[in-house]
Amino acid sequence: MKSLLLLLSLLLLTACDGALWNSPYSSDDDGKSILYTAFTERPKHLDPAQAYSENEYEFLAHIYSPPLQYHYLKRPYQLVPLAARDMPRVSYFDQNHKPLPLTAPDARIAYSVYEIRIKPYMRYQPHPALVPANLYLKESDLAGVYSLTDIAAVGTRTVSAEDYAYQIKRLVHPRLHTPIAGVMMEYIVGLKDYAESLQAAHKAQPDAFLDLNAFPLSGVEVVNATTYRITIKGKYPQFAYWLAMPFFSPMPQEAERFYDQPGMKARNLTLDWWPIGSGPYYFSENDPNRRMVLSKNPYYDSERYPVEGEPGDAEAGLLQDAGKPLPLIEQIVYTLEKETIPYWNKFLQGYYDASGISSDSFDQAVQVSVGGEANVSDAMQAQGISLNTAVSTSTMYTGFNWLDPVVGGDSARATKLRRAIAIAVDFEEFISIFANGRGIAAQSPIPPGIFGYRNGCDGINRYVYDCVSGEAKRKPIAEAQKLLAQAGYPGGVDAQTGQPLVIHLDTTANGVGNKSRLDWIRKQFDKIGVQLDVRSTDYNRFQDKVRRGDTQMFYYGWNADYPDPENFFFLLHGPQGKVKYSGENASNYDSPEYDRLFERMKNMENGPERQAIIDRMLEILRRDSPWLWGFHPKSYVLQHGWLHNIKPNIMANNRLKYWRVDPVQRERMRHEWNRPAYWPLVLGSGLLVLFGWWMRRVLRMREQAN
Amino acid sequence: MIAYLVRRILYAIPILIGVNLLTFALFFVVNTPDDMARMQLGIKRVTPEAIDRWKQQRGYDKPLFLNTGTGSAGTFTDTIFWQKSASMFVFDFGYSDDGRSISREIATRMGPSLAIALPTFLIGLVVYVSFALLMTLFRATALDLAGVALCVLLMSISGLFYIIGGQFLVSKLWHLVPISGYAGGADSLKFVVLPILIGVVGGIGSSSRWYRTIFLDEIGKDYVRTARAKGLSELRVLFTHVLKNALIPILTGVVVVIPLLFMGSLLTESFFGIPGLGSYTIDAINAQDFSVVRAMVFLGSVLYIAGLILTDVSYTVVDPRVRLR
Repeated sequence: MKSLLLLLSLLLLTACDGALWNSPYSSDDDGKSILYTAFTERPKHLDPAQAYSENEYEFLAHIYSPPLQYHYLKRPYQLVPLAARDMPRVSYFDQNHKPLPLTAPDARIAYSVYEIRIKPYMRYQPHPALVPANLYLKESDLAGVYSLTDIAAVGTRTVSAEDYAYQIKRLVHPRLHTPIAGVMMEYIVGLKDYAESLQAAHKAQPDAFLDLNAFPLSGVEVVNATTYRITIKGKYPQFAYWLAMPFFSPMPQEAERFYDQPGMKARNLTLDWWPIGSGPYYFSENDPNRRMVLSKNPYYDSERYPVEGEPGDAEAGLLQDAGKPLPLIEQIVYTLEKETIPYWNKFLQGYYDASGISSDSFDQAVQVSVGGEANVSDAMQAQGISLNTAVSTSTMYTGFNWLDPVVGGDSARATKLRRAIAIAVDFEEFISIFANGRGIAAQSPIPPGIFGYRNGCDGINRYVYDCVSGEAKRKPIAEAQKLLAQAGYPGGVDAQTGQPLVIHLDTTANGVGNKSRLDWIRKQFDKIGVQLDVRSTDYNRFQDKVRRGDTQMFYYGWNADYPDPENFFFLLHGPQGKVKYSGENASNYDSPEYDRLFERMKNMENGPERQAIIDRMLEILRRDSPWLWGFHPKSYVLQHGWLHNIKPNIMANNRLKYWRVDPVQRERMRHEWNRPAYWPLVLGSGLLVLFGWWMRRVLRMREQAN
Repeated sequence: MIAYLVRRILYAIPILIGVNLLTFALFFVVNTPDDMARMQLGIKRVTPEAIDRWKQQRGYDKPLFLNTGTGSAGTFTDTIFWQKSASMFVFDFGYSDDGRSISREIATRMGPSLAIALPTFLIGLVVYVSFALLMTLFRATALDLAGVALCVLLMSISGLFYIIGGQFLVSKLWHLVPISGYAGGADSLKFVVLPILIGVVGGIGSSSRWYRTIFLDEIGKDYVRTARAKGLSELRVLFTHVLKNALIPILTGVVVVIPLLFMGSLLTESFFGIPGLGSYTIDAINAQDFSVVRAMVFLGSVLYIAGLILTDVSYTVVDPRVRLR
């Protein structure tokens, strides 16, 4: 009992040092310029040649420095130089490599050359690979080394154009899987032959180090230490967007040599887990099972906060740090948080600086005004929490399989059936019920913010909606029933066979959690008398069915790689058909007219001519209805009052370098919100003492009675 | 005893082969190597060539059990089953599908799993046995009835409720410990207090009731009556005689789980952000990472067999009549 009281006293004494009992962080970090955030799933790849997911770019975009990036503040999304001194200089050449003017017609352009001049004196993060002696380590030298930070000797060096060229070569390294290798081989001159040479060399000596510089790549030329050129086949304006992705970051060859040494892989020391970048941050701690910490790259001094933004940005305080060196935050601490409840509660306690909103917490966090405007709830407002929303450059759709004899193809019967279903399935209702209003019903594959998207009546899908007072109003269900009858299914019954029409929906959604959604979609079909058979299956079988074209309808989604309409329209391009060509056109839509227009549109500069073609393409798509256009999700992010310079930017993954925290305010608020309650400890201990005393007394009485 | 142990260890080999075979068959009935490749490579811009290369790099391009295209030994050895299984018998688990060393992961994650599981086990054992003895001491009284009712109540509540309720009360409302997270060394204390507390409380119902039944069985026996007749106090009778004689059924259930403590708890680790082996297994299942799944099933089987052998050995310690031959 005495020891219990001693322990309690010790605990109470600990409380007097001012440290918060429920703080998950070390008190040594109090008051420091650190951003606290979370990751819900450990990244699979951190090699810029392999990574392609959002949760991987969350880290890589802060570590690597590709030539270009998206302007943080300006909209529509605009490319600006990052590692490049200025925007790439593009020149065009004909079939005979003769220069062409910039106004040359697309058909004459056989090659485009992108000349990229990088900033001089950019340096890599401190890294052991950049110490020459570390390139000759023996396995015995790695005794006791289990993390890159265990290697004491670190160095740096200047980034050169050669490093950018080297990374392009890595895109077709036989040991790596680069998702965009296929696209790049299609465009970068000589890359396909180069890949074949590497494959042959790798096959001959599978375990040997593959020296990428030992093979020529004609399409990439290093002009001098700060300039390199990439030659592209034809005209491909979207290439500039790829230059803003980590695929095109610099990679020192020393890194590959360093990680290729014996004993490295067994210690999980690989380029896929320990990046080497020249960006604003580097990994000072990398434990993907628990915590990953990005610290400011001490050699990063090549970038400043933007001095101009959109109208209203200055008034919103977004230009207060204009011209200041980036990054503004010293360290970013990512903690693995798999469950939403602990994540949310820690945000409310001030231990995370920003948070998304799960459906469970939505009503607690957000109130929607009569006008439909979302604001934080009074409780959140009292805590100084504010809300940022943005429509994602994504589309969540339901595809019809164009190869299916009932719902597919361009026959009038199938087209009318698809249009009837499009009217019946009320996505406004879906967004309201299942997404807490976080989304907008799609009128086409193009989300807002992408060139080609039109606001108001001009942007409405007239086959599904009417324009009423400038707003889209879904056509009445009678319209859908009429279309269904015209398609030969009056009241949902096949007029030829007398059998009820049954449509099959394939989905990976199953279990109790998804029952309400599946019931909802069935009810939508019930409105027109069509029976919906939901075929829930696992992820593998679902993908397999889509690949084989063994579906009628299926749920799918797409996140934009870059903010260009081509990145959405290609999802319906015939030569991208999933079944025939293993492409990204999962519904296997095939319209020669659309394909022709796509070929014209894809390489055009944004302008009225491109808009006119897009309008025609959209009209074809809306008429044919190969998808239920679904919805574009909205992201809602809550932030504490001590976090500054937040502006949603869906395309830029490197946004944290612009953020600023006020650690003093954060510390004050955390102490205010997290005062420990001592009474449960006192009460619990008191009860234990009381129980012990009572037990002793009862036992003594029993002994005496015996 | 040594001959017995050697015999048991030798028996373990065919069991482990069987477990491995079963895991392999079940896994590949549900997933094909193509599925695994697609899961790793994602769904955007994945070409059939990329899938073939992924399989070839990881040895999944071979036949599952029989390779009729090779020579005599190669028929069995140049297969996915052989190449993924043989090395495990020397505890070489290889690499996960995302390229990380499985042995290194297991070594790193074992610590956090044990930091939760071992104290939960030890404190739990003391609490459950004490509570059961208390109920036995006050058997057929209102206190015993209340104790049994409490046990039934605690057994009726889902484990998830304890976790969420515990996080809400102790962390969110009273601000006494962090809601989730983990740190190494002495800093781990504040993170493990709550999971341990919840683990102990969550097990009181079922364990204490079971132990109470065992103690009540013992308390009616002749030797207990004799002890009482000798004038021993009730406490002495319970702790010196009843507890000792009730140890065999308790050990049967307890010792066998000791090695499995290394494997961690799926739910607790997930909710408290503990980077242990429980969450490693569940992540691997979700990611269809066969290399990790087979390694964890194999390790679980080895530990279970070790637990059973330990149980047998423990009988000889608590009951001198038991001899292992």
